[in-house]
Amino acid sequence: MSDASAHALEHHEPVTSTGIPNKKVLMWAFLGSDCMFFGTLISTHLIYRKISATVGGNFLDIRDVFDIELTSFSTFILLASSLFMALGVSAIHKGNLKSMRWMLFGTIIFGAIFLACQVYEFTHFIHAPGNELTLSTYRGEPHVFGSTFYVLTGTHGTHVAIGVFWLIGWLAYSFTGKMSVAHAIDIEICGLYWHFVDIVWIIIFPVIYLMEYAL
Amino acid sequence: MATESIKYLAPDTENKAKTQVFPRPGQHTTGLIDWLTTIDHKKIGLMYGMTALFFLIVGGLEALLIRSQLWDHNMDVLTNRQYNQMFTMHGTTMVFLVIMPLSAAFFNYLMPLQIGARDVAFPRMNALSLWCFIGGGLILNLSWFFTGGSPAIGWFGYAPLTDTRFAEVVGDMGPDFWIFSLQILGVASLLASFNFITTIINMRAPGMTMMRLPVFTWMTLIVSFLIILAFPAITIALVELMFDRTYGTNFYDFLEGGKPHLWQHLFWIFGHPEVYILILPAMGIVSEVIPVFSRKPLFGYGLIVFSGAIIGFMGFAVWSHHMFTTGMGVVATSAFAMLTMLIAIPTGVKIFNWIGTMWGGRIRFDTPMLFALGFITMFMIGGFTGIMHSSVPIDAQHQDSYFVVAHFHYVLIGGALFGLFCGFYFWLPKMTGRMLNEKLGKFVFTLMFLGFNLTFFPMHYLGMIGQPRRTHTYNEGHGFETWNQIATIGAFILGVGIVIGIYQFVSAFFNKKLKPAGSNPWDARTLEWALSSPVKEYNFARTPIIKAKDQAWENNYGPRENHAEKEPLDDHGVHMPDRSWWPLVTALGLFGLAIGMLFHRNIDPSGELVRDYTAPILAGSVAVIGMIMWALEGPGGYHLFPKENDE
Ligand code: HEM
Ligand SMILES: [Cu+2]
Repeated sequence: MSDASAHALEHHEPVTSTGIPNKKVLMWAFLGSDCMFFGTLISTHLIYRKISATVGGNFLDIRDVFDIELTSFSTFILLASSLFMALGVSAIHKGNLKSMRWMLFGTIIFGAIFLACQVYEFTHFIHAPGNELTLSTYRGEPHVFGSTFYVLTGTHGTHVAIGVFWLIGWLAYSFTGKMSVAHAIDIEICGLYWHFVDIVWIIIFPVIYLMEYAL
Repeated sequence: MATESIKYLAPDTENKAKTQVFPRPGQHTTGLIDWLTTIDHKKIGLMYGMTALFFLIVGGLEALLIRSQLWDHNMDVLTNRQYNQMFTMHGTTMVFLVIMPLSAAFFNYLMPLQIGARDVAFPRMNALSLWCFIGGGLILNLSWFFTGGSPAIGWFGYAPLTDTRFAEVVGDMGPDFWIFSLQILGVASLLASFNFITTIINMRAPGMTMMRLPVFTWMTLIVSFLIILAFPAITIALVELMFDRTYGTNFYDFLEGGKPHLWQHLFWIFGHPEVYILILPAMGIVSEVIPVFSRKPLFGYGLIVFSGAIIGFMGFAVWSHHMFTTGMGVVATSAFAMLTMLIAIPTGVKIFNWIGTMWGGRIRFDTPMLFALGFITMFMIGGFTGIMHSSVPIDAQHQDSYFVVAHFHYVLIGGALFGLFCGFYFWLPKMTGRMLNEKLGKFVFTLMFLGFNLTFFPMHYLGMIGQPRRTHTYNEGHGFETWNQIATIGAFILGVGIVIGIYQFVSAFFNKKLKPAGSNPWDARTLEWALSSPVKEYNFARTPIIKAKDQAWENNYGPRENHAEKEPLDDHGVHMPDRSWWPLVTALGLFGLAIGMLFHRNIDPSGELVRDYTAPILAGSVAVIGMIMWALEGPGGYHLFPKENDE
């Protein structure tokens, strides 16, 4: 047997068969899976939107409760956050920690603004006078719109929140003095995740919000 | 190619000690702590396998109770509710706690060996998957002890059976336990699959091209993709159901605008790929076994791989054949009928490949081969009945009758379970270093084969003459008794066979009197057989350089240029990742989160519903802390210095 052993002095990620780092393959596989999560939620929403288009005998006009200006603003903020994210990734690749910190900070702030908008939106919708949209009712009548809408956008919001906490984690880590260009891959997969969550919103926004105005 | 800038340097081990709450178990850890903190894919595989065999006994006892209740007309071994609970638990257990984890056990143990890797890509994530599986299994079975007992909703959990308003017992928690257990089991399967995909794509030894991968590894890859693409559908369906039951949403509540039909769609969008998740690993196993015992290369390797991929792909396009009688309309129904008939083609192709492999071979009838032959014949019967109910008018007769029960047990026991038993008999010598007793093995096969056919063949007939499934009894005068009694006798014989089989598997690890296996007792073909039995903890002392398919066979019989070479010994030694507590801690946190969510609602004295999120938040924090500590401790590691050929 191999008795002699020593503690690791040098570590290096083994060369992979494809040349792509393992973490990146993992993230891509996860994102493929996540597509199916959102696919299921979005189709649930659209199916019910079509087959339960009335409430209490009247055509369900959700424009009474949506606040499209606010959502357009938060959409813009989320899109902009992706720019910060991309710049952050590029900064760490160049070993520029300081710039990376600012970029991550920007991403976090914009992500947080998006989340704040969503919290505001949810509370606003639930209490919209005369147009209350709750998890199970619309204007006091039982309906599925609230169920599908909140669970779908809530799941997306949860993704953003996880992304924000993840980035806060890296931002904090960057002050420990242990962070180097070696961690570029970690920031890069954060970035993949962040852009993906952003792209999902680019689908949700027109399909769930804008379409209501296209009628 | 990895560019310079993204070359990854693990955080240096000096800092390790500082981030520890409890010390990280070192290289020489043994005993219980070793098993709790291990990240070795072989040990994880063994724990997966042993836990699944335990659940096989649990699920088997449930089945025997069902069969006892059906022994004669109007029996009352079980009440109707208990009967419903029994078939729900039996189905859920067998699918999620037996067949899937047994497959995962083989994936874990074998796949890295077959591709020439020292471990999976993310060893600690692999451990988390194991602990989540065990946690999910516990949650499901804890349901017996709380309000309403176990779920009585079928393994398919059809709405509106799950609607709280229609609960037979007020405050029935069974379906909630079922939901949370499946969610945690889903996490386990997803984590394992991400890991396997990354490992197979990225950690193959030099020369191990995709088209040299053993078929079993190919099936691991395909099944992993099926899991990551199919599980989201049920995860979301379960989230929606959880919201319905906990927060009063209306997804499946037909009184408030929801459509129970949607549940069926989402369930089967997951459910049909799931049946391929259950069968493809077994197909992978027999594809390894048949060539060895026919002493011929696998006939049509490319075709087997390709048809596996086609099955996986088409598996997503046939789900509605479970819903032919729900009134989907002519177009949808015909389309799904046609696709279902089509999917039988790649399935049939594989059967011909196996027959072609045996054709003209020198066949040895050792136990693994017997199970492989049992697999082919009985899977074929199940396949035929499957094609029968792909025809819509015929299915209208079969639906919800015992005929369907016969169909899916032929594919699930005759197919999947026989395939997995075949795998045990084939690979246990590699895992334990000991040969299993052939006579006992053949006895187990005989019992299982006879018992199985006695149990399930009559069900074809019972279904045809009208015995409904999921019904706790039948009246006199239908002529159901005789065949039900034969089925029940068969079930007990099958049960005895399985128990002896399990005894044989477990005792192989302890029984020192068994013959030593040596590295390649079957004269087999794939890379794992070039290693000693049991395999050393570092798998390969030197990374092999693969020159051909069936590398172990080529090493022994092939031309010189096909013999594997080895990379030189690394002066740094073999890098082994450290053990870790955090996967277990994280899984405990998730387990607590599920339990906390199950019990967060209380009715206060005034009859108001109060929600108390303290427990779930605390448990959730444990999970989050586990993950943070996990990230901070890094992969760590120590080095081993094996001798050149000590592997
Ligand atoms: C030749 C390939 C196959 C075809 C054409 C086929 C077709 C079908 C059809 C049409 C049904 C619905 C019957 C009904 O409820 O009326 C069904 C049910 C079922 N099949 Fe298959 N099948 C095939 C292979 C498999 C395999 C390989 C497995 C699993 C390893 C499997 C497991 C099941 C299960 C579990 C059910 C019953 C689900 C339930 O209602 O609870 N089938 N099959
Ligand atoms: Cu199916």
